[in-house]
Amino acid sequence: MPTIVVEVMPKAELLDPAGKAVAGALHRLGHTRISDVRLGKRFELHVDGDVDAELLADVEKVASDMLANTVIEDVVTVEVQGSSVAGETH
Amino acid sequence: MRVGVITFPGSLDDRDAMRAIRLAGAEPVALWHGEHDLHGVDAIVLPGGFSYGDYLRCGAIAARSPIMAEVVDAANGGMPVLGICNGFQILVETHLLPGGLIRNDHGDFIRRDQRLRVESTDSAWTNGFTAGQEITIPLKNGEGGYIADESTLDRLEGEGLVAFRYLDVNPNGSLRDIAGLRNERGNVVGLMPHPEHAVEPGFGPDTRDAMRSGVDGLTFFTSVLKSSVLS
Repeated sequence: MPTIVVEVMPKAELLDPAGKAVAGALHRLGHTRISDVRLGKRFELHVDGDVDAELLADVEKVASDMLANTVIEDVVTVEVQGSSVAGETH
Repeated sequence: MRVGVITFPGSLDDRDAMRAIRLAGAEPVALWHGEHDLHGVDAIVLPGGFSYGDYLRCGAIAARSPIMAEVVDAANGGMPVLGICNGFQILVETHLLPGGLIRNDHGDFIRRDQRLRVESTDSAWTNGFTAGQEITIPLKNGEGGYIADESTLDRLEGEGLVAFRYLDVNPNGSLRDIAGLRNERGNVVGLMPHPEHAVEPGFGPDTRDAMRSGVDGLTFFTSVLKSSVLS
């Protein structure tokens, strides 16, 4: 079954308080060479049948319209995995 | 006047909002997120809470629930819509108001009685205040940091669309101390603090006069009574 992976990250120029909290914890635990952490989301969309251009276009729209709020986040990956017609973007 | 309050799965303050509406002299009407029906109300409140468990992003799934199609149409037609806390998050997710709300910059959930300055009285929900009036109402959120790009912030300030600004402390890292916004027409207002929790003596924030006597939030709901011409 093909899977479309969508990854969303907070915009680089915006504060990422969740990532900052993780980085702070890592520092406290002694992992001082890790200078920063940014925390995003990964969506795995499972698809019945093959992934065609129409579906991929639909997913790209859904990614920027709903999975991400492009005011505060960027869609960084829309990638097909395990498809017989493996298409890939980005 | 009939004011609808929409309950989403995970709404918490819908009952408080309905009580506030009743205390202001209007008739509250319970609306359900899964319907495509506003039951003929004259104004709408999107209440606070954690709709859909804040999954995806705060307000993101609620913004795409069935009734929101009707809410967006009604808002674009001039009907007064107030979004409180999670309701404000829903309004930015529907793009009825610009920008976004992210996790508080300090990472903690915060609950405090918050002083605000009313920056705009040109709205359905703020016309009963005086310009520059300072009010105190409860604030309680984990993701109340208001953000938008610089040009949007400049436009909001230039057009007088900042409705409320935090005073004393900025509790969540909101850019330019923005606590709430209105739209250009003035019928849509969203804010993170909770006016519906400051409407009844004995249950509001402390004031200099007496403990828990603060009722600054009531003016939101009495304002909309005077603004029904907007709808």
